[in-house]
Amino acid sequence: MSDSFTASDLLQTTINFLAVGGLYALIALGYTLVYGILRFINFAHSDIVAWGGWIALTVASGAGWLASGQSPAFALPLVLLATMALCAAMGVTIERLAYRPLRKAPRLNVLITAIGVSLFLQNVGLLNKVFGNRPSTISALLSNDVLATVGGVHLRLYDMLTILLAVVLVIVLERIVYGTRMGRAMRAVAFDERTAALMGVNVNIVVSVTFALGSALAAAGGILFALRNDLRMTADTSWVLLGLKAFVAAVVGGIGNVRGAAAGALLIAFVEVFVHRYVTAAFPDKPWVGQLQDIYVFGILILVLIFKPSGLLGKATVEKV
Amino acid sequence: MKSLQDRVDRLRPGLPITVGKSVLPFAIAILLAFTMDKLIGPAVGATWSKILLDVGIAILLAGSLNIVNGYAGQFSIGHAGFMLVGGYLAAWLTFYGSIHWFGVKTPVGGFLGNGQLLFLGGCILGGLCASVFGVIVGLPSLRLRGDYLAIVTLGFGEIVRVLGQITDRQPKRIDDVKKIPMSDLLNNLGGAEGFSQIPGYTTLFFVYFFAFVLLVLAYRLKYSSKGRALLAVRENEIAAEAMGIDTTRAKVIAFVFSAFFAGIGGSLYAHQVGALDPKELGFMKSIDLVIIVVIGGMGSITGVVIGATILVVLPEIFRQFADYRMIAYALALITVMILRPQGIMGVKELWETSLWRKQVKALRAKLRGGK
Amino acid sequence: MNLNTWRGLRSVLIIAALIAAAACDKGKGGGSGSGGSGGAKPASGSIVIGHFASMTGPQATFGISTDQAIRLAIKEKNAKGGVKGRQVELVTIDDAGKQSEAATAVTRLINDHKAVAVLGEVASSLSLAGGPIAQKSKIPMISPSSTNPDVTDVGDYIFRVCFLDDFQGWVDAKFAKENLKATKAAILYDQAQAYSSGLADYFDKAFKELGGTIVTKQAYTGGNLEISSQLQSIKGSGAEVVFLPGYYSDAGTIIRKAKEAGITAKFLGGDGWDSEELPKIAGDAINGNFFSNHYAPQEDRPEVKNFVENYKKEYGKTPDGLAALGYDAALVLFDAMERAPSLDGPALRDAIAATKNFTGVTGTFSIDENRNAMKSAVIVEYKDGKQTMSARIEKK
Repeated sequence: MSDSFTASDLLQTTINFLAVGGLYALIALGYTLVYGILRFINFAHSDIVAWGGWIALTVASGAGWLASGQSPAFALPLVLLATMALCAAMGVTIERLAYRPLRKAPRLNVLITAIGVSLFLQNVGLLNKVFGNRPSTISALLSNDVLATVGGVHLRLYDMLTILLAVVLVIVLERIVYGTRMGRAMRAVAFDERTAALMGVNVNIVVSVTFALGSALAAAGGILFALRNDLRMTADTSWVLLGLKAFVAAVVGGIGNVRGAAAGALLIAFVEVFVHRYVTAAFPDKPWVGQLQDIYVFGILILVLIFKPSGLLGKATVEKV
Repeated sequence: MKSLQDRVDRLRPGLPITVGKSVLPFAIAILLAFTMDKLIGPAVGATWSKILLDVGIAILLAGSLNIVNGYAGQFSIGHAGFMLVGGYLAAWLTFYGSIHWFGVKTPVGGFLGNGQLLFLGGCILGGLCASVFGVIVGLPSLRLRGDYLAIVTLGFGEIVRVLGQITDRQPKRIDDVKKIPMSDLLNNLGGAEGFSQIPGYTTLFFVYFFAFVLLVLAYRLKYSSKGRALLAVRENEIAAEAMGIDTTRAKVIAFVFSAFFAGIGGSLYAHQVGALDPKELGFMKSIDLVIIVVIGGMGSITGVVIGATILVVLPEIFRQFADYRMIAYALALITVMILRPQGIMGVKELWETSLWRKQVKALRAKLRGGK
Repeated sequence: MNLNTWRGLRSVLIIAALIAAAACDKGKGGGSGSGGSGGAKPASGSIVIGHFASMTGPQATFGISTDQAIRLAIKEKNAKGGVKGRQVELVTIDDAGKQSEAATAVTRLINDHKAVAVLGEVASSLSLAGGPIAQKSKIPMISPSSTNPDVTDVGDYIFRVCFLDDFQGWVDAKFAKENLKATKAAILYDQAQAYSSGLADYFDKAFKELGGTIVTKQAYTGGNLEISSQLQSIKGSGAEVVFLPGYYSDAGTIIRKAKEAGITAKFLGGDGWDSEELPKIAGDAINGNFFSNHYAPQEDRPEVKNFVENYKKEYGKTPDGLAALGYDAALVLFDAMERAPSLDGPALRDAIAATKNFTGVTGTFSIDENRNAMKSAVIVEYKDGKQTMSARIEKK
């Protein structure tokens, strides 16, 4: 473990954690938006992420960009946009069919419905006629070139793209939520749905837009995840785990808060990648230390919730009597 | 004029009645468990006995979850974590214990013989340890409510699973095990391979005994002051607090009670499957249990029984539809939630529904008419 | 009030209707592998063999592969007149990759379908759940490909036709040490998979015994492939060989990422790597890496050639190791059935236990006193994205 604590190692670990954090942030935003407005945990969100990856595969292979091994440079942006649009439509449809009839029902019901939707998407995706039950890959869409070498560390196209895309999309979302009329309507509904409705806000449209935004971001997250880790079948636990971690990030950052989700994602990625790297390196003779990766994530969740239940950037709400 | 004390004393039933009332349900539980084991089990054949075992364990687990989710209104999605704790402890006691004390790995003794007593001890031990974890999980409810508490239970379940996966290998040869004292074997729970070769002690008798005991206790709890306190917490926590209910205490008690039976359920599960794989008792297992409770009706004891039966038996019947089985299940789940948000029974019990009352009334009228 | 109760009943009816609809749909699709439960009474005179497998769920590809090969074996056997002049019938029950369902599946095969013997499972954890039931009912069970040593420990009715993980770990260690001339090895294993963590331990032990050093041992959780920190540790450790005993679904991605992270050491894996998808996922990075397997489809033996040709004709793809083992498990069972005086449990058990020098697709082997197959393993190398046989390593 002689060269574990060098500057180049530190730089590489930092890049890794930023890229993972960006990925989590994109997915966490979907959770946070929906929770902020409807106050329920959208368990089907991770399945939209999974479908995003698989839809990208279908689109790309349908256009013949995967066959040649090397796809044209415009392929990835086109696939990204098409997938984001399709997933947005999917998110809106799911909300319309499954969640809207339950708008006034207890939240637990909506949650179980979300689990039902999640199981449905997982198992439909598994059918041979849909995506099938074998892993696949879309890595041909992005040649993972080395952009530059800084201090012995390769800066790779993928990592840079993830970080850039995450930053851009978070800023865009932030502008939408805090700078547009629709964003004001969203915040109004999140604050008090009935009053907002009385003030002339069309709650249904606001909710639809929220799902469209969240699902589009999920699709982007799904494609980035698939570029990084390839595609597992839709029912694979890796998607659930990915969703859980992104959700944990949203909660840790303060659920319902756009900046909080980004901050939470960075914190979760930090403990998962950075802390894990150096704690493991510090105990080379204790192999079980290397298996604590998931414990760091859920441990930080419980700690944050106990000491600051509203999350890092969440506002503590006073309960109305 | 008599004092109030005297009047209260006169209202109190005599000792024999009190004792009878507390013992009778358990006597009935034993009797029913016997019936399941000796009459119904052999009558339906091996396959349906196995399914009945699954149903019984599901009733026990979902019934215990119902205390937290249904009565106290706290949303727990880490129930499988308690199962895992209970299962591990019980498996540790019966597997290593059998080798140390009986010298074999297979079940020993007849009905309530040494082996089964050890197994019963294992169940209780598993339940007690799980309830210790129940305190740990329940305590954050001091500060957390609703979804946030749910997320903590989720984190707890995942952490228990990962901890189970990093335990040491399980020595399986009798000679190897005998060399190590019991207490040193507490970390040898099999890791990712899971704990295997657990002696198969679970029978219909034990499953239905514990299930009936849980149902009786749940029934008594529901109609006692403690239970009404829990229901009050569920309906409105602030109002409950204003009425003088110590809400944190009530919630922690619910968690402890629930975890105890989940631990027992976990040990029954472990001794039925013969193996304990932490991967199987993860987040999805917890969700399965929540679904049973919600489909059955949150807070309804009969609802849980009906929900557990339906959700275990239906997939079994429709096993041959393979790929479409889970899709149908998912659609059914969504449909029920939209058309019947309160679950099959709502908060009511079977005997509280109008349909049941009408039937009973009609039956009585018929009997009277028949005279 | 009354209305509510009726609504409850109505939703129950809707569930039933939905499932019935799904059932019809399935019926139209022509029920493929999974045998039915209702009314699947054995045709008079035919012998029923049970197979429990993951036909759905995350491990479905394993179960389907094995099931297809068993069906091929039965088809060929029946074409030759069956066993003892009777036709053989296969009933497959899906266990969805869950332990509890595996136990139910075996119970059903034995009690409802009156199977004379049970084949299954691929995953060791599911064999461990199904085994005790076969043992209690005194029905022989042959696992085609559960490599965990504990599986046959369950009782004297449980057999297997594959090698064990401790042997496989030793084979990989020996190959690394003697053929690749490596002295420093790293291990990267899936902590949540019994198969992977078990194999990692056996490799660890064997490699040290052969005089090598394990420079680092890293864990990941299957599916969570955020393993950049693990790869960095391996890169810095100076390992010449990385032992990666995971399933192909993880291994492909890991090999690709390892190459990107600048790891030049050769990767070495177990039979979990055997899939056509692996080179597709890993891309060019797969070339020059090795894994141990039960057989190599290119092997120049009549059994292998016949099997590969027939399987391709039937299913249009090259059979993987699991298919070969499923085929061999069925053949071992037929062989024992022919030799056994009767088809009841104990007689069949003794006949299987007496299998000596049986030549199947995966080589020539005997069943030893612990009911395991004594056999050799092959090492396969990836060249230009294709599997090529590199070495055969005989038993210890």
